[in-house]
Amino acid sequence: MKTPIAYFLVVSAALFTIGTIGVMVRRNALIIFMSVELQLNAVNLALVAFSRMHGNLTGQVLTFISMVVAAAEVVVGLAIIVLVYRRRRTANVDDLSVLRW
Amino acid sequence: MSPDQVVFWVFAPISIGSAIAMLFQRNAVHAALFLVVNFFTIAVFYLVLDAPFLFAVQIIVYAGAIMVLFLFVIMLLGVDREESLRERLKWQRPAAIGVGIAVFIELLVAIRAGVGFAAHGAAAFEQTVNRGGNTAALSRALFTRYFFPFEVTSILLIVAAVAAMVLAQRRRPAITRAEQAMEANEEDEADTLPEAEPVP
Repeated sequence: MKTPIAYFLVVSAALFTIGTIGVMVRRNALIIFMSVELQLNAVNLALVAFSRMHGNLTGQVLTFISMVVAAAEVVVGLAIIVLVYRRRRTANVDDLSVLRW
Repeated sequence: MSPDQVVFWVFAPISIGSAIAMLFQRNAVHAALFLVVNFFTIAVFYLVLDAPFLFAVQIIVYAGAIMVLFLFVIMLLGVDREESLRERLKWQRPAAIGVGIAVFIELLVAIRAGVGFAAHGAAAFEQTVNRGGNTAALSRALFTRYFFPFEVTSILLIVAAVAAMVLAQRRRPAITRAEQAMEANEEDEADTLPEAEPVP
């Protein structure tokens, strides 16, 4: 493999940054959630790249487990979004200000 | 240029471009579809990084299961409404972009300090670590050294499945123990009353 490992890490960093900006800028709860997924994937990519760099499988095992956690997180998170939508008829996080003092 | 370099330089712009496109979509369905493209490119990166098992898992779990779940919820909540772009805090968007660029620069500095931009992966990864195939090697690691965390994730999945069912079901208002006993009494009376009627 001729590509330096750092190139994959730079792509991973860029995706993570885009996900971060997405979480901060967007107002739709679903798109915020998608941005969180993008961040998770960026970290997974970095883990696999580190696994390749160090020549062991620890990073790949960690990625596998993090995918399971992501699946569980998506299930619970989407259930909560559906629940909030049912109660308040909105998926816009600006409208959810009940807890604000 | 070696094949993996060609693949990298073809898919890296697609990956970042689709992520940015996701950010700018007002329609949630389009954003989800761009995210699917992005997940596919990440799967290709896994293939280049000698992780073919994760390549398959990425496509099946992320591009398949998770994004279908996302699209399903988008449909459930209604696709026709578009997000209002009116900001409540005027300074939030530029501040977010500024913070994002700061995060990116910080990550670049960390990569340069920790790895270096010229570092290459371990030589002969396929012959040493992935000996006998990536799936076999990964399962060997998963079922010996990482057996306990693997089992814990199975508990996590069960908890998540139960949580989703509990959260998403339409529930009746909660009843207290006293109300429950009262309801049981009423049911008992309802059961006994018809029998008691013919006696007088």
